[in-house]
Amino acid sequence: MNITKKSNKVRSDLLTYAGVMLAFIVLTLLKNNGVLNRSMTGLLVPICCYIVMAVSLNLTVGILGDLSLGHAGFMSVGAFTGIITAMSLADAIPSVALRLALAMVVGAFFAAIMGFLIGIPVLRLKGDYLAIVTLAFGEIIKELITCLIVGSDSNGLHIIFNVTGSKSANDLNLAEGGRIIIKGAQGATGTQTIATFTAGFILIMITLVIVQNLIRSRHGRAIMAVRDNRIAAESVGIPVTRYRMMAFVTSAALAGAAGALFGLNYSNLAAAKFDFNTSILVLVFVVLGGLGNIWGSILATVVLYVLPEALRSFANYRMLIYAIVLILVMLATNNPILKSAVANFRQRFQKNKEEVTEQ
Amino acid sequence: MTANSLRSPFRDSLLAFSGGPEADAKNKPHLIPVTRTNYLPERDADKAPILECIDLGITFGGLKAVDNFNIALGRTEIAGLIGPNGAGKTTIFNLLTKVYQPTHGTILLDGKDIATMSTAQVNRAGIARTFQNIRLFHNQTVLENVMIGLHNEMDYSMAGAILRLPGYWRAEKIARERAMEYLSIFNLEGHADDLAGSLPYGAQRRLEIARALATNPSLLLLDEPAAGMNPSETAELMENIVKIRDTFQIAILLIEHDMSLVMNICEGIAVLNFGRIICKGSPDDIRSDPKVIEAYLGRKGAEKI
Repeated sequence: MNITKKSNKVRSDLLTYAGVMLAFIVLTLLKNNGVLNRSMTGLLVPICCYIVMAVSLNLTVGILGDLSLGHAGFMSVGAFTGIITAMSLADAIPSVALRLALAMVVGAFFAAIMGFLIGIPVLRLKGDYLAIVTLAFGEIIKELITCLIVGSDSNGLHIIFNVTGSKSANDLNLAEGGRIIIKGAQGATGTQTIATFTAGFILIMITLVIVQNLIRSRHGRAIMAVRDNRIAAESVGIPVTRYRMMAFVTSAALAGAAGALFGLNYSNLAAAKFDFNTSILVLVFVVLGGLGNIWGSILATVVLYVLPEALRSFANYRMLIYAIVLILVMLATNNPILKSAVANFRQRFQKNKEEVTEQ
Repeated sequence: MTANSLRSPFRDSLLAFSGGPEADAKNKPHLIPVTRTNYLPERDADKAPILECIDLGITFGGLKAVDNFNIALGRTEIAGLIGPNGAGKTTIFNLLTKVYQPTHGTILLDGKDIATMSTAQVNRAGIARTFQNIRLFHNQTVLENVMIGLHNEMDYSMAGAILRLPGYWRAEKIARERAMEYLSIFNLEGHADDLAGSLPYGAQRRLEIARALATNPSLLLLDEPAAGMNPSETAELMENIVKIRDTFQIAILLIEHDMSLVMNICEGIAVLNFGRIICKGSPDDIRSDPKVIEAYLGRKGAEKI
């Protein structure tokens, strides 16, 4: 009995890896054989990014238990630092794959630093207050990046911080052959789109390894202990702030890597893309997939991201549908009749399985 | 000499409350605070106490929730803290574990002042506790709850955890085995993989003690360990508490309303009322003290007896 239950968790981890790999193989085959149409192929990389976003946000919201409404801010930091890295090194590193990997690492690094800096004030708060402050930080990051004008030439990076709005890309004074990477409110323009589905798949796998292995370690148990009962966690010697910071920064770093991939998938990308709505979108994936449920986040992301595209004529009502689905899910998960029905079904299913194994 | 001067308020406070045996002890010079001399178990009397509180107090607004609280605990003593509801017993536990910051006074754990420590640091220094309203990690298994208690015994890093380095497997294996040992003390090994929240009430209380023990404390604070238990469970708990003390050689301070438990296993008892100690002594002293009877039964009730 003990052994089966213990291996259940390991099995669900392995099933998640296997499921993602299978999906990748199937989709790659479909793509190469021309079964997927253009609009669907275009969705592959963003889906990968949003899966990483959802899984990483699940670490903060589901595993750590802190409601963060500024996750898109970290994605934004990752996206623009990633774009700057990839574009400024375009001549130095000819290998596209290497440049993409480097961009993601740099994106993750800067998002982690941002996560740490924001974490210092934010993690002093709890509950609603924390949610509101993260929301504010998400917006602040967006506004700051809107002020950025960045270009690179043979002399290196040129950065203008355009707070007054009086400067333009011409003030960068780029040398001959230099290129403008970010143009303030217009965002990144003329970016080389080097993101690939394979890179997205690898990023998802790395994210899953990091998050799932973290959850099954002493660190993960400590993080969940803080979520379940903060006072009890302190009473058994767990430094609460350190573990909240660990989860928060890890989550931010993964969002940064996802952002870098996302940014390098579009030739034009404005900071306004990473607004409050994007944060909420990712939160919806996490909540619908189930708090703390990793494969649930993946599934919810795929379904909710593909659905509006598949039903393009309904796309205007997407946010409306989200709201309705959210309410329905909340009602359903709190409905005693439905709950007992699911529990019954599970019990019967498990009984059958045990009988089968006994025979 | 500093030790003596620290203890002087302690000695004064005593005079007000102490009866026969303490009056004699007052005249004898002793390293251990006079009040408790007679109540430290003999085997501990020649060693410095594990815990000393000197003039400890906390004020909430104008209310003195705990005032002038003095106590010393022997290294392997089982001591009880009793008193009517609202007397400040749990507040004292919260002061000892730094959930609350004392307004005044000193707490010495094994001779070291814990004034600057956080709750987590106090635990690592050697105080573990349970809670009156059970605080388990409900969504984790019974085994994981105890393994969280073993958290600081494991030493692999975050990178080691993510990359599953050999150190991870080794530490997890040892921790799992040790957690099972702690569970077996409380007959919980059969529930190892159940969710902590799904256990019956009595088992949850036992699990909380197991988790506290897993942090390898030198002083264990139990807040109403027998609450909600039936008589046979209480009897088993009493055996377990004594067994824990004997096996791990630690001091145990417990809050309890079940007088059979307190009178049977506690070697020293402090009675608290309105945040002050009204009586300290052996179970026999406590039973016969008029102040205690008055605190519990009221003045009229006490007169009838």
